Amino acid sequence: MSEPDLPVAPVLPNVPVLPTVDVDTASVDIESWTCPVPLRHQDRIVLGHGGGGVLSGELIEHLFLPALGDATNAEMRDAAVLDAPAGGRLAFTTDSYVVSPLFFPGGSIGDLAVNGTINDLATSGAQPLALSAGFILEEGLETSVLGRVATAMGAAARAAGVRIVTGDTKVVDRGKADQLFVNTAGIGVVPDGVDIRPTRATPGDVVLVSGFVGEHGVAILSLREGIEFGTTLTSDTAPLHGLVLALLAAVPDVHVLRDPTRGGVAGTLCEIAEVAGVGIELEESAVPVPEAVAAACAFLGLDPLHVANEGKMVAILPGVHADAALAALQAHPLGTHAAIIGSVTDEHPGLLVARSPLGAGRVVSRPLGEQLPRIC
Amino acid sequence: MKYLDEFKDPVVARRMIDDIVASATRRWTLMEVCGGQTHSIIRNGLDTLLADAVEFIHGPGCPVCVTPLEMIDRSLEIASRPGVIFCSFGDMLRVPGTDRDLFSVKAAGGDVRVVYSPLDAVNIASDHPEKQVVFFGVGFETTAPANAMAVVTARQRGLTNFSMLVSHVRVPPAITAIMSSPTTRVQGFLAAGHVCTVMGTSEYEPLVEQYRVPIVVTGFEPLDLLEGVRQTVALLEARTPALSNAYPRAVAPEGNPVAKKVLADVFEVCDRQWRGIGEIPASGWQLAPAWREYDASLRFDVEGIRTVEPEACHSGEVLQGLIKPNQCPSFGTACTPRTPLGATMVSAEGACAAYYEFRRLQVPTKVS
Amino acid sequence: MCLGIPGKVVRIWDDRGTPMADIDFGGAEKDVCLAYLPDLQVGDYTIVHAGFALTRLDEESAVASLEAFRELGMLEAELGITFPSSDGAQPTGEPQPGTGAQPGGGAPRDEGAQTA
Repeated sequence: MSEPDLPVAPVLPNVPVLPTVDVDTASVDIESWTCPVPLRHQDRIVLGHGGGGVLSGELIEHLFLPALGDATNAEMRDAAVLDAPAGGRLAFTTDSYVVSPLFFPGGSIGDLAVNGTINDLATSGAQPLALSAGFILEEGLETSVLGRVATAMGAAARAAGVRIVTGDTKVVDRGKADQLFVNTAGIGVVPDGVDIRPTRATPGDVVLVSGFVGEHGVAILSLREGIEFGTTLTSDTAPLHGLVLALLAAVPDVHVLRDPTRGGVAGTLCEIAEVAGVGIELEESAVPVPEAVAAACAFLGLDPLHVANEGKMVAILPGVHADAALAALQAHPLGTHAAIIGSVTDEHPGLLVARSPLGAGRVVSRPLGEQLPRIC
Repeated sequence: MKYLDEFKDPVVARRMIDDIVASATRRWTLMEVCGGQTHSIIRNGLDTLLADAVEFIHGPGCPVCVTPLEMIDRSLEIASRPGVIFCSFGDMLRVPGTDRDLFSVKAAGGDVRVVYSPLDAVNIASDHPEKQVVFFGVGFETTAPANAMAVVTARQRGLTNFSMLVSHVRVPPAITAIMSSPTTRVQGFLAAGHVCTVMGTSEYEPLVEQYRVPIVVTGFEPLDLLEGVRQTVALLEARTPALSNAYPRAVAPEGNPVAKKVLADVFEVCDRQWRGIGEIPASGWQLAPAWREYDASLRFDVEGIRTVEPEACHSGEVLQGLIKPNQCPSFGTACTPRTPLGATMVSAEGACAAYYEFRRLQVPTKVS
Repeated sequence: MCLGIPGKVVRIWDDRGTPMADIDFGGAEKDVCLAYLPDLQVGDYTIVHAGFALTRLDEESAVASLEAFRELGMLEAELGITFPSSDGAQPTGEPQPGTGAQPGGGAPRDEGAQTA
């Protein structure tokens, strides 16, 4: 049975480094999305929208193409054909997005699906070339909800200067998915000479974070049933490839980059310490925590170091380049609040040790699972 | 955050530490009763920084950790029933019962929800009249007013689909149990500040008299903890055991009279098992007869679930400071943070869990 | 046990007969039950646990405690090593060998509420 596929943009020219535009994707008006051309079964997604027939075609033509594509979209293919880059190596990644709620202060599942995959490429040192988008829709989903998500994805992709070039849609019976899930895969090009991977963390390196931590996780928690609270915090979702480019321009010898999403900064650093077989020391008071994140974490009993981020990265690089790296990050709009937060050591290999403002150290474990409010 | 950050000031803290160390003529053994205090002591490294003056024995004061295995097993049974929405504070979900935890019940299809306040569970009951909503009412005296108000509110709203699985514990009987052990090493107590915001301080006077032990009501931020330690050490040095309040901005001698009145109405004192420690007389609260219609144990008929605690657990001795965690034969083998046998391994801040992490520090990690 | 956090009362309201308040913890606001502190006023600070205001925070006592803590050990400090001031100024001396100097001295963490 043929599968419905998303439109394919004309083959991208080989652009080793894409121009990036840092715009506020949250400002795109997705609240008032309306279907540009009438769809049959306009209000709700039905199983037939995933059946590969006329309904699928209509969905692509009237919903996905306007939202995700651009003026040059003309073809519909199962696979996009891209020119091989002249130099460098390919980076390839995939990630699935199941966040609930779909829309939250500062973004939506669509922003996460684009920015998250760009960030997985960017933190391997790659500049993104193209993304795919796969949708799993629950039967009965309001079409306008899908429209808003697709619009947000298109806007985020355009803001990042990255195209969504192929895709897929499936519809599952009502109750078998929670509204909609998105998978995006991405490919990118790692410039020659760039070698970024967790195992390169070396004693003598410094650890930097590109800005305030904990905003995304706290913004999402504030909407959870049974936990709801008021805050002006918004998700920090943002594409980081521009920031990575700026950092690499100043400090080519970056050893490790990671985006501290689930598990937060602590989870990320624990993992790096384990795989690299080094110790990492974290200066707790140096970690930039916004007051509202600190406040929410205080009454929920959470550690800001364990809370998820969607537009931040951790950078590990030789100590001699610390100042240059910090200056490069801070000069970029997404790195204004960057800070040096720790160092790599040959002591306590495999462990992350946080130093309290009083100077005492404690071992920080990876969070076991989901962050939950506690009473003690 | 106002009235929080000021009490973390590291410069003042260092001076207080110097002051305490300078004033101690010997090393005193103190117990902080409360798990929140243990958390703060370890997080800020106060145990290390004060090591010349004070040895901390971490007390049994984590209500989640001390909830008896039997009660966890009852919660798992209730949460597994169809038509039940089981609500809990987040920290109970990972606490293992005999063979699983609430997370696994959720994964198997149980409707298990995390709430911030017991009133959220009552609101869920209002919103879902077709479901039985059960709240897992654990905690010390600090949490008891919140849980009591849940059943009071349920009655006010005429809700017949709300009940509570109650496993409350009380601090003073635990102190009695620790001090009445002939082998106890504890010389002074930091009493739990937030328990005292509710109960006041008068319950501790008889304990000071009977056991000639200083008890200092203490807060949770580094400066509060240091002030509690400073006062306790001063009382010990002067050989004048007394009750003192080092957390006066939050604790009034009489506590919260409104809350105490509601507690006296809704709950009655009962004997209570403490996980890994055993039964402590009069150390619990259960719903009083007038409120028993809200008792989930009765409503779901799970009182028959009786679980024997594993004999291999020595956390009672650890809590009294009689053995170090690594002297327990189960330590690191049958008992690890992932497979805890008793209270002190359940919580990340428990003495055994803390030792387990420390031991990891000394073992070279394999490089992948 | 018993996470208790101080916050400021910003609004008082009623939920089906239950007195409630919005408490601001510094950029994050939570609705909290006032059943046990019916006299609490807007502007008061209270300590909150599990969604309930348990005690009115005595601000005078808080200030007095802080002053007392800050004075502790000051005499020794004057006689011996120079200690940095505790009111948020940059440290002017090495606080304690072996424990590591802290950037920012005694200033409480406060990057200011912001929304990125």
